Amino acid sequence: MPVLARTLEAHGLATVLVTNMPFWAEKIGVPRTLAVEFPFGHMLGQPGEAAMQRRVILQALDVLRTAEQPGTVVHSDEVWPVPAVEAMKAWQPGEPSPVIAVLGPQLREMLRGRR
Amino acid sequence: MPVDSFKFLPRLITAFYQSIAREPELPIPWTPVTRPQTETIFGLITSAGLYHAPSQPPFDLEREKAEPTWGDPGFRAIPTDTPLAEIAAAHLHINPTDLLTDINIQLPLTRFQELAEEGVIGGLAPTAYSFMGYQGFPPNAAAWQNEIGPQIAGLLKAEAVTAVLLTPA
Repeated sequence: MPVLARTLEAHGLATVLVTNMPFWAEKIGVPRTLAVEFPFGHMLGQPGEAAMQRRVILQALDVLRTAEQPGTVVHSDEVWPVPAVEAMKAWQPGEPSPVIAVLGPQLREMLRGRR
Repeated sequence: MPVDSFKFLPRLITAFYQSIAREPELPIPWTPVTRPQTETIFGLITSAGLYHAPSQPPFDLEREKAEPTWGDPGFRAIPTDTPLAEIAAAHLHINPTDLLTDINIQLPLTRFQELAEEGVIGGLAPTAYSFMGYQGFPPNAAAWQNEIGPQIAGLLKAEAVTAVLLTPA
């Protein structure tokens, strides 16, 4: 998505990306970002919480309207109302994705080797 | 407080991401906003793997299962007046339970319809676009950058869109 934001922007469309990973937005260079501290798969809030979703969207529209230079990242102060440990478990798939199932053990080895 | 990118990410993936050195390619592309929000037609794009179940095939998860370092680079065009119950999700990297309960948490069709009706925005484009965010390992966004991105830009402009909200999953 960071790459797509750049591509659309290069083709004459103004964009705002709402992401829980400002880490990547900064590394890839996203034109305008609203960062939210929400679990994956929930970029605009909790299901059924229209007021929360609307607040996040209006914040994103503010970023779109007010950002003055490319690479702007605004951090939302919205708080995820579920404890982090519980929320981290809830967003993940029931079984590991195919790439994690295959590469997880290799990745673990690689990172161990670096320490 | 700045957002912690790793708050909800398992430790293994966090350590891997933090080991990657990358600097943005400069200049970062930029299209200024010139039109008032109340006259702006918005486009919506998500990478939550959404598709219109009655008329579209899901993203190709069978190939991803057989070939785990590959991710489907395609997209689905979803009419923004689609009943939310007809939208399904095909994505092996997230639990879709909450998403299927309320599609608006990734593709905010209802919220943008409300904003348009209230006159907060000029309007919502007739078509939204969905991708499936996993683009292989190592990630390969070349297709999005060189072919699909420009194609989507053209489709959005044909519907008078000048601003786009993007929501990765």
